[in-house]
Amino acid sequence: MASPPPRLRLTGIVKRYASTLANDGVNLTVGPGEIHALLGENGAGKSTLVKIIYGVARPDAGTIEWEGQPVTIADPNAARRLGVGMVFQHFSLFESLTVAENIALGLGATGSIAELTARIQDVSRRYGLAVEPGRHVHHLSVGERQRVEIVRCLLQSPRLLIMDEPTSVLTPQEAEGLFGVLRRLSAEGCSVLYISHKLEEIKALCENATVLRGGRLAGGCDPRVATEQQMAEMMIGGALPVAHRPAPLREGKPCLEVSKLTMESDEPFGTTLRDISLQLRDGQIIGIAGVAGNGQKELLGALAGERRTPDAAAVKVCGTDAGHMGPTARRKLGLSFIPEERLGRGAVAEFPLTENGLLTAYPHGFVRAGLIRTGAVQKYAAGIIKRFAVKASGIDARGSSLSGGNMQKFIVGREIGTNPRVLLAAHPTWGVDIGAAIAIRQALMDLAAAGSGVLVVSEDLAELFEICDFIAVLSGGRLSPPKPTRQTTVEEVGLLMGGRMAAQEMAHGV
Amino acid sequence: MAYRLEARARPAQAMVWLSPVLAAVLSVIGITILFAVLGRNPVQALQVLFIAPLETLDGLAELGLKATPLLLCAIGIAIGCRAEVWNIGAEGQFTVGAIAGGGVALAFGGNDYWWMQPAMLLAGVLGGMAWAAIPALLKTRFNAHEILTTLMLTYVAIQLLGYVVHGPWKDPQGYSFPQTKQFAADAMLPMLIEDTRLHVGALFALASVPLGALLLGRSMMGFRIRTVGAAPAAARYAGFSRNGVVWVCLPISGGMAGLAGICEVAGPDGQLTPVISPGYGFAAIIVAFLGRLNPFGILFASLLMALLYLGGEGLQLTMQLPIAVTGTIQGMLLFFLLAADVFINYRVRKLPPRAAAASGAATHA
Repeated sequence: MASPPPRLRLTGIVKRYASTLANDGVNLTVGPGEIHALLGENGAGKSTLVKIIYGVARPDAGTIEWEGQPVTIADPNAARRLGVGMVFQHFSLFESLTVAENIALGLGATGSIAELTARIQDVSRRYGLAVEPGRHVHHLSVGERQRVEIVRCLLQSPRLLIMDEPTSVLTPQEAEGLFGVLRRLSAEGCSVLYISHKLEEIKALCENATVLRGGRLAGGCDPRVATEQQMAEMMIGGALPVAHRPAPLREGKPCLEVSKLTMESDEPFGTTLRDISLQLRDGQIIGIAGVAGNGQKELLGALAGERRTPDAAAVKVCGTDAGHMGPTARRKLGLSFIPEERLGRGAVAEFPLTENGLLTAYPHGFVRAGLIRTGAVQKYAAGIIKRFAVKASGIDARGSSLSGGNMQKFIVGREIGTNPRVLLAAHPTWGVDIGAAIAIRQALMDLAAAGSGVLVVSEDLAELFEICDFIAVLSGGRLSPPKPTRQTTVEEVGLLMGGRMAAQEMAHGV
Repeated sequence: MAYRLEARARPAQAMVWLSPVLAAVLSVIGITILFAVLGRNPVQALQVLFIAPLETLDGLAELGLKATPLLLCAIGIAIGCRAEVWNIGAEGQFTVGAIAGGGVALAFGGNDYWWMQPAMLLAGVLGGMAWAAIPALLKTRFNAHEILTTLMLTYVAIQLLGYVVHGPWKDPQGYSFPQTKQFAADAMLPMLIEDTRLHVGALFALASVPLGALLLGRSMMGFRIRTVGAAPAAARYAGFSRNGVVWVCLPISGGMAGLAGICEVAGPDGQLTPVISPGYGFAAIIVAFLGRLNPFGILFASLLMALLYLGGEGLQLTMQLPIAVTGTIQGMLLFFLLAADVFINYRVRKLPPRAAAASGAATHA
């Protein structure tokens, strides 16, 4: 056969960590110029496989062939010498240096900065990656930072580019721009290994897919032909449950009112909230879309009471001025909050589930005369585990022993279990496996159907369009007026999400 | 042959409690070697150290006497440690408690007031609390680290004690010795066992074990304390104030050390002298960790530490060994404990020869 050898072929890869098999006999073949999707739930072994390709981890068994030749990849330098480039989910850029200086550091380049600047401009023109070499990184948006990382990889003329969840920080328009770049690279013969859990993106971009499940190969498919449902079922290894929205309740009284909230961030690179107004009514689900870092953390902190607002009336919970109240007082008014981070914030890793249940439920009758009512706390934790089918060894299981999805189901169960009138949910299904994500969305919709107001902050537009009655966009610390979900589109929301760039340009350009 | 420390998937629960036992055994081996090197008979030395003090009623009473301040200070320290509030200055709070309570004894003693002893004890507790409140204020107001402030205030407290016994409170009939008058009989704590020095302070110490366990294990305040220590972000999210917890932990810790201080001077000593503690407040830090920050564990650890103090005195008397031996043994115990604690989270794995070579190569690269 005259066809060229595959760019990369992995055969029978095995990798064991302490007591778990992270990869067990995994095969993967990426052809020249192919855009190949690597799919799988959290813990399926995607990251391990990628670490092996990039030389961060070494396989315990199996072979790696690069363009037909067996190779061992000792470290990331060896991987780069072969022509493997990688853009990580978390960027490694120095805030206080310029783009060109950052790239020079990453390349270990010997030439002058001026020479490098010319090369950066050349690459950025060729691929339509708008990057200004002289700007300092701390001025850049997340999308711009990602472009810097991509340019850094492209300067090394990679023959295989690995992208780890690249669109999780991008607006839909930015993501479309990225796809253009990747298609162009593919046309020039550079292979792309694309890791994502967003199936619609994979359908739009990739020509081949490898699916992992529990460290093993679950199969492969052509994403252009397979349906999203088929791919999802391959990932979870079973039929996909379907979430459905119960009939919406008639609109009730306002349960959460925010009026003209303006507040400085207390963090050095935080976002100032500007003039935010919002009214959430009983039975409604309002979604707040936006790229992380546009004030989500600050807004949620101000609503949940971790930060007090300057004006007590700026936040009202169930008609009461709550701006000056702490989290406990707001909980007593009927507010619940599912935070963004799970272990360490939403739950304590070394506490058993009983105490993790108590963590925020304590104002609701779990303490008598200063002592914890152990029996009631145990019953509460057992109830959550049963209702949300949380996989745990029991009510005494430590938080750290649960998977991310199961921990999140427990946290959601705890916050819903106190019958809140207002529920704040921050990225409720981020990084959660598909089955748990559907269960969580269903729980939020059921809560709204029972007459509570739900505010969901999420970067996942598909999720917001699925469950919300209204969608607003947070950008640069400003909130757009909520629009009924049926009267808006992903494109319109995406443009509002990107609004931050324009606002920032105005702030800096004088 | 190469070995590697490998992180365990989950902490080994057995090692949590095995580690102090292992540390104690290793310390005994270390002590044996130490005696052999010093040219003493190790078997005799171990007998003097560990067995002799327990052979008489008087020895057992002395054991309880020495365990009392250790236990009180260590439980207070442990409560703070659970919130990651590190009180290193129990020795200072102990000293100020002794000064405050002793001051009450000197001022009002000898009049047979019914409130004499409660007032002394209360003054001791308040003195220790006040001394611990200073670092609490510095931490919550200026974010000054309590490890530094509590430790430094210890030296201030010791100077303060030196000042009162050399100056205003010096016994005029004391032949110029730096010491106060003997406390009057009504200002001395009652003894528990006739003809020994074991006083009622031991009962306070014993009571602090279940009370400490109740606070940490069953009360909402204990839950706040543990949450602040284990996950500060989770505590903020739940609405538990870190500053509030600091203001609970340091005063409790200081109050218990102050109680230990007044019990010590109103029990066996009966007067204030420039040195009222052989380092109980510092040894209690070792006791707290040896007891796994758990009140019941601390009870056993305090008895072991008290035995070391007693045995150390015995070594001085019968084998002419220097007092530094006690400190050396304490240090060994803490060192081995910390070393053994590594195995709670790690296991030793022997590397196969091939991987060993590879990892060797990687180190040289």
